[in-house]
Amino acid sequence: MKTVDVLEETYVALSANKIRSGLTILGIVIGIASVIAMLSIGNGAKQSIQGNIESLGSNLLTILPGVLQPGRGIVSSGRGAAETLKIEDAVAIAELPGVAALSPELSRRFQIVSSTGNNTNTTVIGSASAYATVHNLNIAEGSFISDENVRGLGRQAVLGATVAKDLFADTDAIGKTIRINGGSYRVIGVLASKGGFGFSGPDGVVFVPITTMQKILTGSDSYSTIAVQVTNKDQMKDLQQNITDILMTRHRVLEADFSVISQEDILGTLSSVITTFTLFLAAIASISLVVGGIGIMNMMLTTVTERTKEIGLRKAVGAKQDDIRIQFLVEAVMLTLLGGIIGTGIGWLVSFGVTASGILQTSVSLSSVLLACGVSAGIGIVFGYYPAARAARLSPIDALRYE
Amino acid sequence: MPSPLKVEVKDVTKTYHIGDISFQALAGVSFSIAEGEFVAIMGPSGSGKSTLMHILGCLDTPSTGTYTLDGKSVGSLSDDELADIRREKVGFVFQAFNLLPRTTVMRNVMLPLVYAGVPAEERAVRAVDALKDAGFDESHFEHKSNQLSGGQIQRVAIARALVNNPTMILADEPTGNLDTKTGEIVLRTFQKLNREHGRTIILITHEAEVAAHADRIIRVKDGLIQDDSRSHAVHKVTHL
Ligand SMILES: Nc1ncnc2c1ncn2[C@@H]1O[C@H](COP(=O)(O)OP(=O)(O)O)[C@@H](O)[C@H]1O
Ligand SMILES: [Mg+2]
Repeated sequence: MKTVDVLEETYVALSANKIRSGLTILGIVIGIASVIAMLSIGNGAKQSIQGNIESLGSNLLTILPGVLQPGRGIVSSGRGAAETLKIEDAVAIAELPGVAALSPELSRRFQIVSSTGNNTNTTVIGSASAYATVHNLNIAEGSFISDENVRGLGRQAVLGATVAKDLFADTDAIGKTIRINGGSYRVIGVLASKGGFGFSGPDGVVFVPITTMQKILTGSDSYSTIAVQVTNKDQMKDLQQNITDILMTRHRVLEADFSVISQEDILGTLSSVITTFTLFLAAIASISLVVGGIGIMNMMLTTVTERTKEIGLRKAVGAKQDDIRIQFLVEAVMLTLLGGIIGTGIGWLVSFGVTASGILQTSVSLSSVLLACGVSAGIGIVFGYYPAARAARLSPIDALRYE
Repeated sequence: MPSPLKVEVKDVTKTYHIGDISFQALAGVSFSIAEGEFVAIMGPSGSGKSTLMHILGCLDTPSTGTYTLDGKSVGSLSDDELADIRREKVGFVFQAFNLLPRTTVMRNVMLPLVYAGVPAEERAVRAVDALKDAGFDESHFEHKSNQLSGGQIQRVAIARALVNNPTMILADEPTGNLDTKTGEIVLRTFQKLNREHGRTIILITHEAEVAAHADRIIRVKDGLIQDDSRSHAVHKVTHL
């Protein structure tokens, strides 16, 4: 039997039962649509987070006191952790080759009150002037903490975009006074908003000179973070190792009491978390594919029973077992493939809707479309095989005698 | 002028098993049919006619005995080998459910050619020829099978049986669902095919009037042949 003939038979058979065919493929349509939508949204989320992390500073190495337990992922550190990062460590790291800029940081949460009486509880980061370069900050108004501010234990503050809005609403914050932990600080700058997920982003943060943070606000002589900008991406790995070596020597320890994390590490961890989550959601969605497959099998079995006499007739005029098997298998695969194509279209529309509504930039990848088509055709083969084999094995006499 | 033997049945039995019970539908039949014969196999209901036809048509194989078709023994062939023989050598006309539902006359007639792998252009030509030979009205070629009368359906079925140029045409109670007048037209079609086109026809029926259209009548009862007679004279008197 020629391929065209098989396809023609399939078309005739399926269009004879349009409503039933349509209802039967619904499970596949829904399954494929949700898998496509899940994958595209997961991908969008991954890219968005990648973009966010990259916008926090490029070629960045972050040194944290204490050790990050594997499995706990990236935890905000410093608070409560060992106070092991000292100014001498920073000086020593700054001299390593490949260090373009170094930003010592100490952060803690404080209650902040504005001169207008608004207050907020947020993270205050003691930082040096290098912070803005290392973390890619953009100043909307005024200026960032200067070396002079740091040297002079200055009472200046720079506000993140959200904090500025919380404390001063829409009025100009520059030159105004805020109170942190009882002391007054003059606002010298406001940052441009970075948007995004706000996770460790600078929008909700207040910056003060690092010295002021250490001596006046906390009384600590250590850092919660040292951020290092690397001259060249290729040097990242080497520098990571060098910093580890030098700090181990300096701290006289055999096991690191600190962590040196590259942006790649963070990206890697987050990406794998999101990938796992996406696959988990896609797996749930694909349950409906199995249900859909069973629906297809059910319909094909019904069809084979209904068409028993027809099968007998076809065999009587010379159809071989394979002719019958292929005819019914192709029918099942056509159904599921059609469901897959419609489902891909709907999934794409959902993804398009998510993008259009501005929640997330999503895109349906070619690979997920191919996967969807492959999977739906596969479902057709798996769930269509048994009914087709049953049809093929019917004895022609029994089929013709069937009432 | 001896014609070559086409069909040779020798001591054929067929036993059906339903659970523990076995039932012998054919108890040992032997006969042969030559090319160009018009034979009726006649007997009461349950006598084993259809069983015999299934074996002659290679839809089934005998339990014991031999069956030779065109010089080839059709002993214990596989399903697919039997399908090959049916496709090349046998044309069937059944009592009921003869056509694919909701399918045009042309597609129905072309069905055996689809499985024979005949090119699409040739199929149409051969189907038209077969339909003309079967006396089917040309204006109805594109009608769907559910728009046809019983007589028309059987003519289409006959055309389909002719289309692959089989060694023989097997018709199992082809007039069973038709009124006498329409049945008569269908039987005349068989006669015409036999006389004018030299087709070998085996007609199965339980009615003597129907069997009388054939040149030879094999009478079957309880799975055995009772009588095998040429009824030329009778036939000519009755119908010419
Ligand atoms: N597939 C089968 N299984 C069991 N018994 C059958 C089968 N086919 C026919 N028979 C039995 O064999 C006998 C002969 O049947 P059949 O050849 O159809 O007779 P006829 O066509 O002369 O009426 C009947 O008693 C019938 O019940
Ligand atoms: Mg019968």
